Amino acid sequence: MITSPAFVIDPAVLRDHGITPDEYEKIKQLLGGREPSHTELGIFSVMWSEHCSYKSSRVHLKRLPTRSRLVLQGPGENAGIIDIGDGWACAFKIESHNHPSFIEPFQGATTGVGGILRDIFTMGARPVAVMDSLRFGPISSNSGLSVQPGAAAPTQAEIHKNHSVMEGVVSGVASYGNCFGVPNLGGETKFEPCYSGNPLVNAFALGLVKKNEIFYAKAAGAGNPVIYVGAKTGRDGIHGATMASEEFSETSEAKRPNVQVGDPFLEKLLLEACLEAMQTGAIIGIQDMGAAGLTCSTCEMGARGGVGLEIEMDRVPQRETGMTAYEIMLSESQERMLLVAQKGREAEVYRVFEKWGLDAVQVGHVIAENTMRVLEHGNVVAEIPNQALTDDAPVYKRPLQRWEPPVPREKPEHIQWNAGKDHTSDLRRLLASSNICSKRWVWQQYDSMVQTNTVEGPGAGDAGVIRIKDSQRGLAMALDGNGRWCYLDPRLGAMHAVAEAARNVACAGAVPVGATNCLNFGNPEKPHIMWQFSQAIDGITKACEELDVPITGGNVSFYNETLGEGIYPTPVLGIVGIIEDIRQAVHPGFREAGKTVVLLRGSDPGDMADAEPEFGSSEYAKEILGALWGYPPALDLEKEAALQKAVIEMAQAQLLDSAHDCSDGGIAVTLAESAFSKGMGIKVNLVSRGLPSEFVLFAEDASRMVISCDRGKLHGIQQVAVKYGIAADVIGETVPEKIEISVDGAVAVSANVNELHKVFEESLEKALRTEPELVAAD
Amino acid sequence: MKFGVITFPGSNCDHDAYWAAQQVSGQKAAFLWHESHDLENCDAIIVPGGFSYGDYLRTGAIAKFSPVMESVRKFAASGGLVLGICNGFQILCESGLLPGALLRNVGLKFICKPVHLRVENADTPFTSACHKGEVLTIPIAHMEGNYFCDESTLAELQRERRIVFRYSNAEGEITAQANPNGSLDNIAGICNAGRNILGMMPHPERASAPELGCVEGLRIFESLATALATK
Repeated sequence: MITSPAFVIDPAVLRDHGITPDEYEKIKQLLGGREPSHTELGIFSVMWSEHCSYKSSRVHLKRLPTRSRLVLQGPGENAGIIDIGDGWACAFKIESHNHPSFIEPFQGATTGVGGILRDIFTMGARPVAVMDSLRFGPISSNSGLSVQPGAAAPTQAEIHKNHSVMEGVVSGVASYGNCFGVPNLGGETKFEPCYSGNPLVNAFALGLVKKNEIFYAKAAGAGNPVIYVGAKTGRDGIHGATMASEEFSETSEAKRPNVQVGDPFLEKLLLEACLEAMQTGAIIGIQDMGAAGLTCSTCEMGARGGVGLEIEMDRVPQRETGMTAYEIMLSESQERMLLVAQKGREAEVYRVFEKWGLDAVQVGHVIAENTMRVLEHGNVVAEIPNQALTDDAPVYKRPLQRWEPPVPREKPEHIQWNAGKDHTSDLRRLLASSNICSKRWVWQQYDSMVQTNTVEGPGAGDAGVIRIKDSQRGLAMALDGNGRWCYLDPRLGAMHAVAEAARNVACAGAVPVGATNCLNFGNPEKPHIMWQFSQAIDGITKACEELDVPITGGNVSFYNETLGEGIYPTPVLGIVGIIEDIRQAVHPGFREAGKTVVLLRGSDPGDMADAEPEFGSSEYAKEILGALWGYPPALDLEKEAALQKAVIEMAQAQLLDSAHDCSDGGIAVTLAESAFSKGMGIKVNLVSRGLPSEFVLFAEDASRMVISCDRGKLHGIQQVAVKYGIAADVIGETVPEKIEISVDGAVAVSANVNELHKVFEESLEKALRTEPELVAAD
Repeated sequence: MKFGVITFPGSNCDHDAYWAAQQVSGQKAAFLWHESHDLENCDAIIVPGGFSYGDYLRTGAIAKFSPVMESVRKFAASGGLVLGICNGFQILCESGLLPGALLRNVGLKFICKPVHLRVENADTPFTSACHKGEVLTIPIAHMEGNYFCDESTLAELQRERRIVFRYSNAEGEITAQANPNGSLDNIAGICNAGRNILGMMPHPERASAPELGCVEGLRIFESLATALATK
């Protein structure tokens, strides 16, 4: 072993590499007592980073349910895979790119999308849909009160910064996905003060693959060639994974060079070339170079196959001169893949990559020892047992400390309920609020229709739906997460994220079959953050078990803190469902006048003692009352499961005209949203059961949906409801033009649908247009 | 009858056009590789949407130099039917097969949404299944769809009835509000003097099945199929 003589490992070097003294002792022990070389230290630094090793989360993630009869591949590969029937499978996963997106919003977001797409097609699946879950700080000063404890109202400078982060992220997501040619089916965009210094960019992707054509990131066969394909390696992104494993400070912007730069055109070529090369049958295993680049793909492919990879740095295509082994191994340059081919069939692989104008170079070969060996100019610069970097990476059982949010659990006294008040203006304000309003400004920048499979695109509501060509089937997918609820109660909040994503998928008529999670949290070294994390895992576990949706993979993003201020704990769930016959897909919008409107309800509304603390976590409390108190709504998972099964059965029996989940803003917002798609009105009466009208209209009780149907199908619907033990109350009918919602017979909301629709549609754009109109310079 | 769909590196609507062409004609379609001069005896050529050569330099600017485009020029010169969709329209303009250029949208953002198009000329091989003044709903998805040409070219296009589609509202009125990208004279699609080359920014292949919410784009493909059958 040759180490650089000039290189001395002292505490400062270790600190720069994010390695603790204890970890360093363990490294030496795993290397048989010797000191690591500079390159080896870099390799350990990225592989043992929180981002790659999951060292704080691993003990908790083990609790997640990961199996069902449809799961073909659970966590541990590049993406999870579910059997969807007819010989098809789908690969899907969600990943965060929060840290880079704050430092360099456009490139941070593009490379987030690029990374998740590679995770999908490295498994042999063609990406057919993406979605994203975005969180930003407030974009207007009047968007409710700042409910983050101790935080002042956002300043103009903060708002402008949030605008520019949002603009950059959205155009980054758009630029990458549009060029790559994958439809973006929307997702969710939410705003809270806690995301001002730490936006969340979670990208979800889904791909289709024939069940017998799945590829794995597993090397095999000593002597087989290791081939590097795609973009050349540069100095970008070095220590990106390490950066994602620490908090932000004032100096974080100086880390801009750590952010990689994406090229979607190259990725499109890489996709086509990889899928075509896989068809040759000459490829044994393949893995993308994402976080920790060549390092990660080299040791993981070896580890999975119980073999080793030996690679020579001089052969790696480089776009800069004078790169050291350290830099090459740690570079996170985008659009690269590493594959192992059958010896003697290299030419078949090269031919395909040459056709697509891409580099494909043999950089090494498979060796029998379970070791990663790196050579530079023929000299060994790193030789590390694969297990030392993967299975033997540190695992921490970090201390947990139960935590109470600094928020009252009871309603503040100054807030009074107004029985019988006209709530039209409340509804208008909610529809205009940043969390509820139409995100058209966002998703209209995304190509949502390329590949001509989009049955339900972004905007209309609950889930994205695509058809599968040459098959009757379709897939539905939804993303959900509610940070504010998780802040109040991480376990219950996380259960809601699962329940709502699954409910959204069920609303489309699809059976939820698999989930992926993106867990965005603060600094895990703080016991209360670790407690939030553990609670959230418990919540997800419970809900996934009850709703029968296994977790097939995902991503943990810790250290989402700036200047010591953490974000709301924000687990985001992506759930995929199967529609057996795409013609039975249900849309969220009312279709025509004269249809019966029914409220499906899993659980009964509680009394005042239950309802009041729950109302404090609603959008109404935040936006209209400028307050936050209490708890998330109660959730009975058994009833939730019954509701979902019922609506799916109704969809399959073609009893439904529309189905839309009740969530943010309560039933009033749900009704308005369903009315908007065709400019339909409604005349509805709701029963108060003695609760204030605010609760009746705007409370966010779980397990509810608004459906519409032909009067003649009501009987069938009620039969299904009885079968599953859920309530199906007729609340009114669709009418032309006017939205009229009464409570106990007294009109509480009355407005023209087009007027409300305009408010809903335009408010985001208005909030973002704070600058005076540009005037031509000459 | 056979449709040929060109694949450039970066084309991402080639499969969609292929699918739509096959669906309608019920006949053959073939992918044509950018590096080949061979049009494989296709009867109509579709230059599909996407980001050919990454749209580096300028949209369509590199594609015009590709070997396949040399053959397309010859094919078009001999009266062959050529349909350019989105990036395909941009490529046809860059190649000089159609006049004018597609600039960046006035809003400076990518726009993807269904728009209304008024059929201005039903007397072309691409629109014979429509009638003049009819309003079609077809999606757009582009960053550079803002059609521009000089005054004399515009006058020529108008005089020769070569503006085939214009952005309109649902009632067929040509208004500034209905113009999504700032196109001169609300132009969404134009043809050459010979009526055998059409370039359009909207994507007819995306409005091609009931599940997708719209089928009116099929009219373009139906028209083409009719033109080929009677040729």
